[in-house]
Amino acid sequence: MSNIPADLKYTKSHEWVRTLANGDVEVGITDHAQGALGDLVFVEVPESGKTLKVGDAFAVVESVKAASDVYAPIAGAVLEGNPALGDQPELINSEPYGAGWIARMKPGAQPQGLLSAAEYQAHLAAEG
Amino acid sequence: MAMLKHPEKIIFEYSRPQRGAFGQWPTEPGTPNSSDIPANLLRKRAPLLPEVSELEVVRHFTRLSQLNFSIDTHFYPLGSCTMKYNPKACNQFAMLPGFLNRHPLAPESTGQGFLACMYELQEMLKEVTGMQGVALSPMAGAHGEFAGVAMIRAYHRARGDLARNEIIVPIAAHGTNPATATMCGCVVREIPVNDEGDVDVEALKAAVGPNTAGIMLTNPSTCGVFERRIKEVAKIVHDAGGLLYYDGANLNAILGKVRPGDMGFDVIHMNLHKTFSTPHGGGGPGAGAVGVGARLLPFMPIPVVGKDGDQYRWLSEKDLPQSIGRLSAFMGNAGVLLRAYIYMRMLGREGMHRVGEYATLNANYLMARLAKAGFDLAYPERRASHEFIVTAKRQARDLGVTAMDIAKRLLDYGFHAPTTYFPLLVPECLLIEPTETESKEALDGFIDAMVAILKEAESQADFVRSAPHTMTVRRLDDVRAARQLDLTWKPAAA
Amino acid sequence: MPFNPHTPKDVEQMLAAIGVKKIEDLFDEIPKELRIESLAGIPDALNEMQIGRLMTARAAQDGTPLNFIGAGAYEHHIPAAVWAVTTRGEFYSAYTPYQAEASQGTLQLIYEYQTMISSLTGMEVSNASLYEGGSAVAEASLMAIRAHRKSKSQRVLVPTTLHPNYRKTAVATATGQGVRFEEVACPKGQISLADLGKYEGEDITAIVIQQPNFFGVLEDVDALTDWAHANNMLVIGSVNPTSLGVLKPPGEWGARGADIACGDCQPLGVPLSSGGPYAGFLTTKMEFVRQMPGRIVGRTVDANGKQGFALTLQAREQHIRRGKATSNICTNQGLLVTAATIYLSLLGPEGLARVANECHRASLELVAALTRVKGVRLAFDRPRFHEAVLQFDRPVAPILAELARRGIVGGYDLGSDYPELGHALLVCATETRTAADIETYASALAETLKAAVRAA
Repeated sequence: MSNIPADLKYTKSHEWVRTLANGDVEVGITDHAQGALGDLVFVEVPESGKTLKVGDAFAVVESVKAASDVYAPIAGAVLEGNPALGDQPELINSEPYGAGWIARMKPGAQPQGLLSAAEYQAHLAAEG
Repeated sequence: MAMLKHPEKIIFEYSRPQRGAFGQWPTEPGTPNSSDIPANLLRKRAPLLPEVSELEVVRHFTRLSQLNFSIDTHFYPLGSCTMKYNPKACNQFAMLPGFLNRHPLAPESTGQGFLACMYELQEMLKEVTGMQGVALSPMAGAHGEFAGVAMIRAYHRARGDLARNEIIVPIAAHGTNPATATMCGCVVREIPVNDEGDVDVEALKAAVGPNTAGIMLTNPSTCGVFERRIKEVAKIVHDAGGLLYYDGANLNAILGKVRPGDMGFDVIHMNLHKTFSTPHGGGGPGAGAVGVGARLLPFMPIPVVGKDGDQYRWLSEKDLPQSIGRLSAFMGNAGVLLRAYIYMRMLGREGMHRVGEYATLNANYLMARLAKAGFDLAYPERRASHEFIVTAKRQARDLGVTAMDIAKRLLDYGFHAPTTYFPLLVPECLLIEPTETESKEALDGFIDAMVAILKEAESQADFVRSAPHTMTVRRLDDVRAARQLDLTWKPAAA
Repeated sequence: MPFNPHTPKDVEQMLAAIGVKKIEDLFDEIPKELRIESLAGIPDALNEMQIGRLMTARAAQDGTPLNFIGAGAYEHHIPAAVWAVTTRGEFYSAYTPYQAEASQGTLQLIYEYQTMISSLTGMEVSNASLYEGGSAVAEASLMAIRAHRKSKSQRVLVPTTLHPNYRKTAVATATGQGVRFEEVACPKGQISLADLGKYEGEDITAIVIQQPNFFGVLEDVDALTDWAHANNMLVIGSVNPTSLGVLKPPGEWGARGADIACGDCQPLGVPLSSGGPYAGFLTTKMEFVRQMPGRIVGRTVDANGKQGFALTLQAREQHIRRGKATSNICTNQGLLVTAATIYLSLLGPEGLARVANECHRASLELVAALTRVKGVRLAFDRPRFHEAVLQFDRPVAPILAELARRGIVGGYDLGSDYPELGHALLVCATETRTAADIETYASALAETLKAAVRAA
């Protein structure tokens, strides 16, 4: 049973979104995703300044058995990729919603189509 | 068997200054004439190479070889890899001095014997596959796939049909298939496989259209079963204007029984290092000869062997102006091709028929007995082709013992593991291919080991989960290998 | 059925266990109309004695003429130990090392190979091989495009001093993925900054520099590398590994060193064998390691903390990344890597340097002897290594045909690839060519040309 914090928003492709106090947004992958990938060995985070549309592949998370794209859940500009993930990709495994954040973004428009925690949980159950 | 129990040092750890295999060095030290080569183009520091005696080299690498499983020493039922016996005669005759010392660019007048072998190999491969032309230059299956998809693209372009850039691939396909499509600038469209292991024909109908360049299929499929509706599939794709590509990885199942050309395929690749028994060499060299139907003859990669009267020669860009081009600097893995030729001549017509038959007999025998012993088959209602899939889903769920654990424990019993986790769509799968060169006793030994491991899984699951126990190393830390990259040996800091 | 062990009794028992009456029943899922009736085009089987006679006759037919061609494949002394050990069944018939615990021999060998070839090329990391030198240029170009963060053009400069077959292979292999190879004409047989001038200020992703170049001429690699870096291009060095026994390796070219090195391991213990199998090598700096295609072996530990080896960074490869893989390469050239590693271990740094020096000396002697013959002159009189271009005052093809009749393979005719050079021949002498061999060639050439002059 994976952890799904109630205060975050989610996508069907297993990203989460946290809106920060100043309106910026923090993005990562969910506990379910990190469990499926296994121990992460490498993370490629985006460069600051990059402009993204919803669904753009903007990061890569790599374990021994898989390398998956991470898709932008919102449109906007990248403020920074998480610099800690360079040396410690395993932060995504241990703290997927905390120190394992992947990127911070400035939203370009109002985020649309994101799932609530309950909706994401239902989506996981349906995926089976 | 001579399996080394103790690990072997890294060769650099034997190095001592001024030690060397002096008998191999030119007798004169020589120095490049310094007025001849400018100093700034010369090497300042010697490269890091071992300084060891000849005996140390021979002993080191011989001992390393003893750490390997191989067909010569172990039953190797790797699905989709066709680990059949590599005849010693193929090696011996391919390495005759006349072939071995010949420069690829030497005049054709000095290569008629070699070219005769290559031409006859092309002809025999055409005959067993039912194709109109064969090109020998691709150097591996994936290389052949590249050539095949490139030819399909070239064909459509030549007809002015530039919109066709989609390649349809079943989700069970080998990873090289979609990777190849991408390499050719195509877009991959995946279609599902149904519960019986056949391609979903309704999904295929929905997927074809004016953008379809072609479909890549393996038959028997990667699920180990024959694509029963292949003629229908061929018609659907051809009617939509696309071409059919045959991935020949599983040709061993049907060699001498069915021909891809007769099934409607327009282009195929063969893995000579699978079906035609050339050595796997610890990861190559292979040879991925391609066969084409009439439509694709003009596009074959060069060079191809042609015959003018009784003289053989290489056909080049001038002879095949629409060729997709040259895939390597010379003509491909000539030595591998010679081995395949020798093998095919030793099999002959009758032997070719027997390959598919006995590969299929061995696979069905293993499948029947493993099912009786309590293993779950992925496709229990189907005949095995030359391979079949056992799924350890139940053992993983009930006992916590996975396909990987079973594979590792098999090593302790002296068997190389089957292919695991491919195809991706069958959970906890073991893809088992015995090949036709294994005796009934070898198969029975494997069955006994699998039964023993199943018993162990039920009573001492931890022991199976921590296998292997009797190899030189225990299970290796893959995560550490990827996180802390140690890819070259470095001398200890002074 | 030379290799099938089944006795009629075996077959009977197996059919019974399956529950069918005959082997044909196992094919009942295959539509009858697809079944082959006969393979009339395949000849009858030969036993080992018979195929031995056939192959011996064919090999003898081709003989072993005296070889003076290089052009990307080089005849060197191969120590007996190399193939005695390489053809051991445990290397020869082993599979790709996916089950690491059953393949520590192959994996450790590849790790040692990666170490040697990285150092030889002056780089930090290597893969476990590619197919050969030509497709290695294609893979290196694709890698450079992935690695170059800033350049978007996907334009790769390929000077005409790069092996023509390497250029053709690169185009045939990589154009489908959007790479644009642009040929740079180098009329002086060497790349000059003047040849490159028009590319300054343009968005070019990479340039390929062959050293020694196809003509055997030594390029000014420092100046070229610095120029390329000043113009924001990555540098790919296509190099001959024997030459690296004495020449400066790509990792030390210019101020920053080349970014990627590639080439063919054939000169390292792999026989000419009519064109293959050879083995391509690819090395680079650590910062680009994730962009490198092909297999890579890493050292790690096992569950008991003991040293061991495994394939690593596999997530980039086709069997995991599938459509987004760095390349579709799966099988590579493992057996040849084994031979090359044993060869390099036997030669060591001193032996390899001696071989390189001997090749250099022999090729200088060859050129001296042949240019003493009337009607033969050296093109590109500049520092060279290993090979040289000779120009004649009459067509080269008939000369080569006559030399072949006399048991000499005299060189590679440059007429179709470089018509601007006139009647030109690329010749090579390695440490295997003695003074007597060279004299044999020179006299045969003198006689051939005299006869041609008389006949004209």
